[in-house]
Amino acid sequence: MNRKTPHSFFSGITSSYLRWKESRAKKIQESLYYASQRKLVWHAFKKHKLACISLVVLAILYFVSIFADFFAPFGPLERFKDFNDAPPTGIHLINTDGKLSRPCIYETKRELNTDTFKYEYSEDSSKSHTIRFFVKTEPYKLLGFIPMRHKLFGLENRQVPLLLFGSDRLGRDVFSRILYAGRISLFIGFGGVTVAFILGSILGGISGYYGGVVDEAIQRVIEVLISVPDIPIWIALSAALPRDWGTINIYLAITLILSIRGWTGLARVVRGRIISLREEEFALAAKAAGASDRRIIFKHLLPAFSSYLIVHITLAIPGIILGETALSFLGLGIRPPAVSWGTLLQEAQDVNVLANFPWMLLPALFVVGAILMFNFVGDGLRDAADPYASSR
Amino acid sequence: MRAFIVRRLILIIPLLFLISVISFATILLPPGSYVETYVQNLERTGFIMDQGQIEAIYRQYGLDQPAALQYVLWMSNFLLKGEMGRSFMYQRPVKDVILERLPMSATIAIVSLAVTWLIAIPIGIYSALRQYSVGDYVATIIGFVGLALPNFLLALALGYWVFSSTGRAITGLFSIEYKGAPWSIGKFADLLGNIWLPIVVIASAGTASLIRILRATLLDEKNKQYVTTARAKGLPERRLIMKYPVRVAINPLISTIGWTLPFIVSGEIIVSQTLGLETLGPVLLAAALGEDMFLVGSIVMILSSLTVVGTLLSDILLAWLDPRIRFERIGA
Repeated sequence: MNRKTPHSFFSGITSSYLRWKESRAKKIQESLYYASQRKLVWHAFKKHKLACISLVVLAILYFVSIFADFFAPFGPLERFKDFNDAPPTGIHLINTDGKLSRPCIYETKRELNTDTFKYEYSEDSSKSHTIRFFVKTEPYKLLGFIPMRHKLFGLENRQVPLLLFGSDRLGRDVFSRILYAGRISLFIGFGGVTVAFILGSILGGISGYYGGVVDEAIQRVIEVLISVPDIPIWIALSAALPRDWGTINIYLAITLILSIRGWTGLARVVRGRIISLREEEFALAAKAAGASDRRIIFKHLLPAFSSYLIVHITLAIPGIILGETALSFLGLGIRPPAVSWGTLLQEAQDVNVLANFPWMLLPALFVVGAILMFNFVGDGLRDAADPYASSR
Repeated sequence: MRAFIVRRLILIIPLLFLISVISFATILLPPGSYVETYVQNLERTGFIMDQGQIEAIYRQYGLDQPAALQYVLWMSNFLLKGEMGRSFMYQRPVKDVILERLPMSATIAIVSLAVTWLIAIPIGIYSALRQYSVGDYVATIIGFVGLALPNFLLALALGYWVFSSTGRAITGLFSIEYKGAPWSIGKFADLLGNIWLPIVVIASAGTASLIRILRATLLDEKNKQYVTTARAKGLPERRLIMKYPVRVAINPLISTIGWTLPFIVSGEIIVSQTLGLETLGPVLLAAALGEDMFLVGSIVMILSSLTVVGTLLSDILLAWLDPRIRFERIGA
């Protein structure tokens, strides 16, 4: 009897938990009956664990690179004299006495190896510096207008290098540069996709809705753009950009160049959908009610397949990010002093760098990561895009 | 079949025309003409030209004419004589520069295309038949990474790996001792020792999407009734899968050739630049950086038109293999 009590106690908890779970599932199920389509898509998307995690990671990545001024310990062009190609600084949690301490670093010292005539870096464990969070620095402007005096982390003594990812040929902190570079590399995807979206939905919409000669002409142009390899065209066009253009002009021009082909896929999706939807009752009803062509396309037809567009856009972003990386890597994209992940990788172009300074390849990790995340999110969205088909 | 070929041939003409216009546009695009760049470059080396010499150059290339006329001049020279202008950088006719390197570019592209398919089809079939097995997950992960990893990085990493494990540095298609040498068995063997790396890199980038398409279609196909029927009739499993659902599932792959080939040509340029291969890629890049626009425009045109022609050839070949394709397209 006595031995049974805990058992029934636990089984009581379990069964009440099961009941609660059941009623919650039922409640969700019921709320789904009259949920909007957006809610349904979100519900289906949440089931896709990998896609959810990816979305969160991407959000963090974007957030950190927008506020890179705060998160990066140093500026993108700040140089540490005499610290060229220095390896990442080791962070220690256990101090010299063998006790657990706050994260600290040991000052790096540089010596010339007289045999190889190369500089060698080593830790000087007698001089340790504690890493401080919200450390005070010289005043700067967050996003160019919010005055700030603190950075997320750093050392009291700003002259001592804290190089999480090592430094480059000119002694600049690779970690900080990666964060700043994210601003260009991550947002060029959005910019390119926006251009592609506008061009694609307008041209695809016209092509699908009117058909005939217009359709035929637009389809031929799309065919040319799809069948032509894009890198040669990108190279030719970016070579034509004036050498004396400023960073912003170059950035906008590269965005346009990268989206030259991006809109074609979108235009095809829009066209195909519109052709199949324009004969549906709701479109005919709108027409009978005297709605204008523009109103029918943008008010009635476009919203009916917006989820497909979102999927397509998500899956188009990584292509544009990769394109920028490739162009900058080849020296034809973003130009220094502006930094993008591609320009950072440009410095890791030969095997020599790879063998001696492997940390110069760390930007690649961010490129690959961001692209994988976008692909996962896109996959999750694709499965969620058609919530009414979930019973299949 | 003949109707199909004729229809495709007619369709390709406006395509080629548009490509030539785009390519010529890139020649005219840079602000200030290439003659100015050329003259500037000469002046930098201490060679000053007078006005008469500069005008002579302008006249020689027809640069004092309106753009449309220049295009006609350029195109007719190309179609009739095969001439595409002169490269200021190499101080040679563009035609010679391109012809010297084109065969290698084409070889790498074609072999890479074949390797892409050779890798993708077996893996795709395996993934679909052993869905959710360890091998399937591994294939999916590798596919995703192949999709996300920029070509040049993979080339760098593999090149480094080969160097550190075998001591062989792949910097170009031929080792130094064979570089200017005439063809011999030794040179060919040397080429084989170097060329596999760019081919593997280029091919790997394209396989991921092919595997995903093949896997998805095969998963749909293998549960259909005709498969069950065949199984009920006692056909050996292996023959059954290969003979029916796989053949159906390969069809959607065929329609992807249209964009796989451009993708491979693009990849070839970047990988060639990274590994320093003697193909058109590095020439195109150097010409673009040096604003040698005749060379840039001509390479863009040649690469693009060859890609289009290659796609057409593969389309015709496949229509010949699979009658449904040619009837579908004619009906449409």
